Amino acid sequence: MQPIIQGLLMISASVVFCLGYYYLSNWLLDNIFLPAHGKNINRNISLANQIRPWLFLFPALFALLVYLAYPVLETLRLSLTERHAYGDEWVGLANYAQMFNDQKFWEAFRNNISWLVIVPAISTGFGLLAAHLTDRIGWGNAAKSIIFMPMAISFVGASVIWKLVYDARPVDQDQIGLINALYLFFGGDAPQTWITMSLWNNLFLMIVLIWIQTGFAMVILAAALRSIPEETIEAAIIDGSNPWQLFFRIKVPQIKGTILVVWTTITITVLKVFDIVYAMTNGHWDTQVLANYMFDKFFRGNDWGVGSASAIVLMLLVTPILVWNVKNARKEIQ
Amino acid sequence: MDNIVGKKSSLSWAVNISVTVLVILWLIPTIGLLVSSFRTADQISTSGWWKAFNSNEQNIIVRTANPQTQKIIDGKYVIEGMLFSSEKEMTISVWGVSSRAIDGYIPGETAKLTKGGEITLREDGHYRMINENPFTGSRGMRVFVTAPMAPEFTLDNYRKVLFDPKNVDGMGKAFLSTLTVAIPATIIPILIAAFAAYALAWMQFPGRALLVAFVVGLLVVPLQMALIPLLKLHMHIGIGKGFLGVWLAHTGFGLPLAIYLLRNYMIGLPKDIIENARIDGASDFKIFMKLILPLSFPALAAFSIFQFLWTWNDLLVAKVFLIDSSGQTEVMTSKLVELLGSRGGNWEILATSAFVSIVVPLIVFFTLQKYLVRGLLTGSIK
Repeated sequence: MQPIIQGLLMISASVVFCLGYYYLSNWLLDNIFLPAHGKNINRNISLANQIRPWLFLFPALFALLVYLAYPVLETLRLSLTERHAYGDEWVGLANYAQMFNDQKFWEAFRNNISWLVIVPAISTGFGLLAAHLTDRIGWGNAAKSIIFMPMAISFVGASVIWKLVYDARPVDQDQIGLINALYLFFGGDAPQTWITMSLWNNLFLMIVLIWIQTGFAMVILAAALRSIPEETIEAAIIDGSNPWQLFFRIKVPQIKGTILVVWTTITITVLKVFDIVYAMTNGHWDTQVLANYMFDKFFRGNDWGVGSASAIVLMLLVTPILVWNVKNARKEIQ
Repeated sequence: MDNIVGKKSSLSWAVNISVTVLVILWLIPTIGLLVSSFRTADQISTSGWWKAFNSNEQNIIVRTANPQTQKIIDGKYVIEGMLFSSEKEMTISVWGVSSRAIDGYIPGETAKLTKGGEITLREDGHYRMINENPFTGSRGMRVFVTAPMAPEFTLDNYRKVLFDPKNVDGMGKAFLSTLTVAIPATIIPILIAAFAAYALAWMQFPGRALLVAFVVGLLVVPLQMALIPLLKLHMHIGIGKGFLGVWLAHTGFGLPLAIYLLRNYMIGLPKDIIENARIDGASDFKIFMKLILPLSFPALAAFSIFQFLWTWNDLLVAKVFLIDSSGQTEVMTSKLVELLGSRGGNWEILATSAFVSIVVPLIVFFTLQKYLVRGLLTGSIK
């Protein structure tokens, strides 16, 4: 029970601490350091108003700097050093060279690329289809709920769920995995162990993530579809366009921006995919991916240099999206 | 929208069918696991979960009473009895006396025994063995019985996984650990982020746009970047591995999304209210506590749900910052992975444990879906 009490204490302590910090720092600013009375009242008020935003921002900024910004730089440094008992030694690009000579790294890299191509495309496609179809029927919201549901299930939970689907039993026994049962029913000669089937097994792992991410794509694209101005659709119908044209020529072009956002968001999720591979194959049978490769190097190999180098590769893969996002955000603010 | 021009789409049945197919595809894997968690190990390994609702044929091996119970009737040695205990009602469809021909006889027929004598078995399990010479041996004879079983479900798996203190693979403790990780890791970032989001949305200061861009940039930084440096840092300043470390890590990793979501929401709040409050002399702290926080409830709820689901479902952060070699602080996701390795074939344990771990997020999801969807939309469409 002790951790729970610790947790409750932590919750109350952090609530009291945060509110106390914000309240006290504001009070000190207004009443002690720069009081809004006396002879410097104007100067004090304007100065206080310049300082106040930073009081509000400080805890968040501090946490962001320590927990996200600093690690990026530190990982970069670690990727260029080798750990020894007597301290860190600068080794330049040696870790990268070692990694690029590792078969497993290239396997992980290749797999990551195919995940990147396949998962966002199919998830977004299915999501668009589901959004379009469920908007046109009475029980659409219930259907949406169900397609969206895997979003709440952990990657590990989803891996267990799908492992049962892919399960294989010896040929003389009743199959308990749905896929093998169907495979035999439709004339397959022997049950297959799908998880160990090189190359194809990657696809079977991807299906798990597609199953999870489609709901996300659907929810956002459904909202976008609904926000299309009706006039454009009416005009198209009056001009005699058929349902296909209506969908692909009128609706899809108008939600292109949203499709792109969904696509990139899923891309980022895919890049970091770890749990599914870790739980289902742990990178065996040619299913390694970068995030799991990194975890392997870090925890099992205890090789911080190469581990950091592979993290940097992940970071580089994310960077184009990062730049694009930041550019958009800045445009929007101006 | 198709009925704008006055005709209902003739494809409506096709749409209904397609959606039904999609829904079934999406639902079936989870249903499979749920159904399996209510079946016994025997049932799971002998038939697919989709057959759980049929009455299915079951092959069982039972023994007759042992030879000491034999009586002499009319100069012959006789053993009589019932194969099943009285509370289980079964109707035998076929039976046999050797493992090579378990379906050799139908009820009412008489089988010759290799060691001499014969046995007659009735449909309800009543048997009668007759022999010229005494039956020998210390144990009863094996009889192979095939009988259709009514569908049967059990709560035993849940009892074992959650409440059995002797079960080292139980989820009870891990459940509490997961809860202990998730709740503080949800509440702390909200507090910190809300203040920062207010500053970024409604306060004027130089560098604001730059800071927003900074937050947006951090939004996509892979977690993997932070693992080694932060673990090093935690070890260095004495936090080590434990709940404190995992709370702090989740707080740091959750902040960019929290700030981004809340700022996007707050900036859409009506400007007049805030300006008026300012003119009336309310301080920023007061405006934030009395106006912004209550008005931002939907966004706060949305982020709490995200963060709760994410921390509850997380494996990587817990593995790096929480779980030490003592194994006392293991969370459910990590326990599940372990079970996948060690109890890969024991689907009754796996299915039940998995369901225990996903039931809380599912409840949260279905009750608070409205806020989740709204939050997703604030976060993505901009």
